[in-house]
Amino acid sequence: MMTVSRRETRALRSSDDVVRVRQAVRQWAMAQGFSLVDQTKMVTAASELARNTVDYGGGGNVLLEALNEGSRRGLKLTFSDQGPGIADIELALRDGYTSGSGLGLGLGGARRLTNEFAIDSTPGGGTRVTITRWQCGDRR
Amino acid sequence: MMSTLGKTRFPDIVNRCQPQLLADWVQNQLSAASFNNGLMRESELREQSRQFLHALGEAVEHGDLTDIEESHWDETREFLAAVSRSRALQGFTPNQTAMFVFSLKQPLFQLLRQELEKQPEALIDEILSITRLLDQLGLHTTEIYQKNREEIIYQQQQELMELSTPVVQLWQNILALPLIGTLDSARTQVVMETLLQKIVDTNAAIAIIDITGVPTVDTLVAQHLLKTVAAARLMGADCIISGIRPQIALTIVHLGVDLTDVITKATLADAFAIALQRTGASVAAAERA
Repeated sequence: MMTVSRRETRALRSSDDVVRVRQAVRQWAMAQGFSLVDQTKMVTAASELARNTVDYGGGGNVLLEALNEGSRRGLKLTFSDQGPGIADIELALRDGYTSGSGLGLGLGGARRLTNEFAIDSTPGGGTRVTITRWQCGDRR
Repeated sequence: MMSTLGKTRFPDIVNRCQPQLLADWVQNQLSAASFNNGLMRESELREQSRQFLHALGEAVEHGDLTDIEESHWDETREFLAAVSRSRALQGFTPNQTAMFVFSLKQPLFQLLRQELEKQPEALIDEILSITRLLDQLGLHTTEIYQKNREEIIYQQQQELMELSTPVVQLWQNILALPLIGTLDSARTQVVMETLLQKIVDTNAAIAIIDITGVPTVDTLVAQHLLKTVAAARLMGADCIISGIRPQIALTIVHLGVDLTDVITKATLADAFAIALQRTGASVAAAERA
């Protein structure tokens, strides 16, 4: 049975918030016993999604959840914004596609860096991206 | 009117009873729990208290008791600002700093009670006006305290900006830029411009960008690096990116960032060796006789 041992919401309004969320994710990942590689992957994925929330979603927040399932421990992050939403999710996930000026690798990269990835968005209705990474094992 | 006599007794009491007021007040402050931590000497406290009472006495004689922004209060406000600054440095909390002013109420009210024993209404009026005044002065110390903090934070930010952009010359024609900390702020711009300028100044052929001190390399950081490499190349210099740790390498691969056009090395030493080789220099152990 999966339980949530800790839960916290953080605001994402500016690029300073992105830095703070990144630090928080690193601390949480360490507390969950993630290896250095797993920490780095989760932090990097969080960085990409947090910046998307600020840059494209017009700001929002992230919900951090520490997961326990048996002896397995994980970290789940939910990024939500009330921005313009994504019309074509398949296109947005394609490497190299960007509606801004970035490399267009953030969303797809975040998916590849995590174990579970879900995106829910409707044009005009905001965007919600959920990622989960489990400590060790379970690699794709 | 302030009292039945038509004039507030406050200036009179502050000035006439100053020695006693000072003694009571200092005693009061010394016995407060917040003072038992040895943050400042008793003699210093006594002197500060004396100076404040003196300034207060002058101000209440001529100034408006309801408005401390008035020019008669300049000296008092400046003195309190100095106290606030020095206490912040001594490690007092904002509360303890404001208590310097607030703690004057008790001895002052005691004196007033003796003076106005027979005039309870006048006593209440006095207490009200003094409370209002001392509250303003106490909040003034808090405001200054806060401003000082903000100033310190701003200065530190500026210092960090400067600290984090050292471009060093390792050898003739070889520059190194050790990057430390977060890269996705205004800093990146400064860092990159500094590097490009230094390439011009030193006519460098190779620039080593070391990212050992960068905890997270995401697509934005990668993009900044790629742009810098491209700009340096346009200026005739090659870049080597060093300090790519295993976890960073794995992450970059998963992100899908293409660094194949860039020379990358695990350590700064490896990068330096390559740079020496490319510029036709070499390092050899000296032969001992």
